[in-house]
Amino acid sequence: MAEDQYKPHASRDDAAEARYDRKAFLVMMALFLVAPAVVYPVFVMKALCFALFACAFNLLLGFGGLLSFGHAMFLGMAGYVAAHAAKVWGLPPEFAILAGTAASTVLGVFAGLLAIRRQGIYFAMVTLALAQMVYFFCLQAPFTHGEDGIQAVPRGMFLGVLDLSSTTVLYYVVLAIFTAGFLLIYRVIHSPFGQVLKAIRENEPRAISLGYRTEHYKLAAFVLSAGLAGLAGATKAIVFQLASLTDVHWSMSGEVVLMTLLGGMGTIFGPVVGAFVIITMENYLAELGSWFTITQGAIFVVCVLAFRRGVIGELEAWLRRRRAG
Amino acid sequence: MTEIFGVPTQALFGQLLIGLINGSFYALLSLGLAVIFGLLNIINFTHGAQYMMGAFAAYFLLNKLGLNYWWALVAAPLAVGATGVVVERLMLSRLYKLDHLYGLLLTFGLALIIQGAFRHEYGSAGLPYSIPEILSGGTNLGFMFLPKYRAWVIVASLVVCVGTWFVIERTKLGAYLRAATENPAMVQAFGVNVPRMITLTYGFGVALAGLAGVMAAPIYQVNPLMGADTIIVVFAVVVIGGMGSIMGAVVTGFGLGIVEGLTKVFYPEASNTVIFVIMAIVLMIRPQGLFGSR
Repeated sequence: MAEDQYKPHASRDDAAEARYDRKAFLVMMALFLVAPAVVYPVFVMKALCFALFACAFNLLLGFGGLLSFGHAMFLGMAGYVAAHAAKVWGLPPEFAILAGTAASTVLGVFAGLLAIRRQGIYFAMVTLALAQMVYFFCLQAPFTHGEDGIQAVPRGMFLGVLDLSSTTVLYYVVLAIFTAGFLLIYRVIHSPFGQVLKAIRENEPRAISLGYRTEHYKLAAFVLSAGLAGLAGATKAIVFQLASLTDVHWSMSGEVVLMTLLGGMGTIFGPVVGAFVIITMENYLAELGSWFTITQGAIFVVCVLAFRRGVIGELEAWLRRRRAG
Repeated sequence: MTEIFGVPTQALFGQLLIGLINGSFYALLSLGLAVIFGLLNIINFTHGAQYMMGAFAAYFLLNKLGLNYWWALVAAPLAVGATGVVVERLMLSRLYKLDHLYGLLLTFGLALIIQGAFRHEYGSAGLPYSIPEILSGGTNLGFMFLPKYRAWVIVASLVVCVGTWFVIERTKLGAYLRAATENPAMVQAFGVNVPRMITLTYGFGVALAGLAGVMAAPIYQVNPLMGADTIIVVFAVVVIGGMGSIMGAVVTGFGLGIVEGLTKVFYPEASNTVIFVIMAIVLMIRPQGLFGSR
């Protein structure tokens, strides 16, 4: 994507970056640990699920330069499979979540194989179309119960010992899942694999000429992103005891793009901030129905025209200016 | 002779006709997308919303100003095209130096705003728009009943598509346009006002969407979300056809409409997804699209 977006990481001193990330991570974790004492825990859990979803999406867009407009298919499909596994097969929650994650990973392999055959704008259109296909599948397949969705999914005992019917226990399990996903993404971005991904984003022909089979890297990133989006969706289904068509709809694909754009594409913490802002907004504007859609659209327009770095991107730029000046 | 492949001919031809109608709209919409993409390198996500605006414009012209369908056919595309010109001047023109994906994101945001605003004003229920008197009724062709209005839509959209193809491929103006697609800086150096050409091209593409909206108003109900799902199918059509050629967009649009209609007869469960399945197959065999070039 646009060049000005990605310079910060290239130009910043690695050690300073790691220190800054560690500090920010500790602040974030401290906030999440005490959050249930201050805010309604179910709300924070919802935001955490979406934050993980957005982080997974950002792995693909911010670090791979691939704009997927169909990520809802992974969130929604994993939710359906997890809900079905917990309710119909009677699996304990950890296996239900694993089943959901596995399903979206497999879906990611197929969708990825097709989508990476095209670049840029076409990639976005292909993923959007594939997601629409999954949407119609979910609308018609018997196990998803169409418009009703899968309701009253049992939460059960996590790992046989943690009773998820307690909101507090559930909250910390969700926080643990989010943290694991978040750290995995952080690790991937800073691994040699992540570096190659960035090289492909910046200049794919050059990466090819250096001998990298870029197709493999892009597919791996796509599948990883799909799997983690699935983890978010499966967890969400267990938390809300519900899997519904909302999570597979294209508007959900748009929402995760918005979260990432608003928070800051290609930043580590941006998607988390973006997810919390959008979910908070949704909380207050949901009753107003179409006003929420209009607000979302307006944020898109403002971000694209005037605020392309997003919240965290602007913050980083400001910190860097202060350090330099 | 009332059955073909075990399907009553009435049903078969009926669905074929519906397929051709849908195909007309796919062709008109993907034509507009292709024209815009050719010069601006932007995928216009607002296209579905602009199609809807065309239908609403026809509705307002009839109910507020008393102007009938034929006036709407001219006035609504002009009005919708004008909004497109404003959008291009105020917003899109700021993004040409950036990655093309920003254009997609901006137009997606605009689509959300427009669809949200119309839904806020008019709800999700459709508003009726009646078929103009001269085109109501139909003819019995012996093997099927052909409503006049549907025949008109197919013919009109064919004429518009071929006309657009002619202007772009066979006239001086079209030559400028194609030249600017290849190398805008060079065309500018020859004294052609390229920025204005870009603005008008976007306006024209949007006007095509508006025109499709007017023609759709009597068939589908005038509904704030009528373009939202259609545009995703049209995207798939565009991926299948490839955006290299104008004729390609038109042929693919009509062809896929027919395929969709036939699927409704032989395997109705798949009628919603058949175009996406075809897209997946085309991506495997010929990733650049049927008429596309790398």
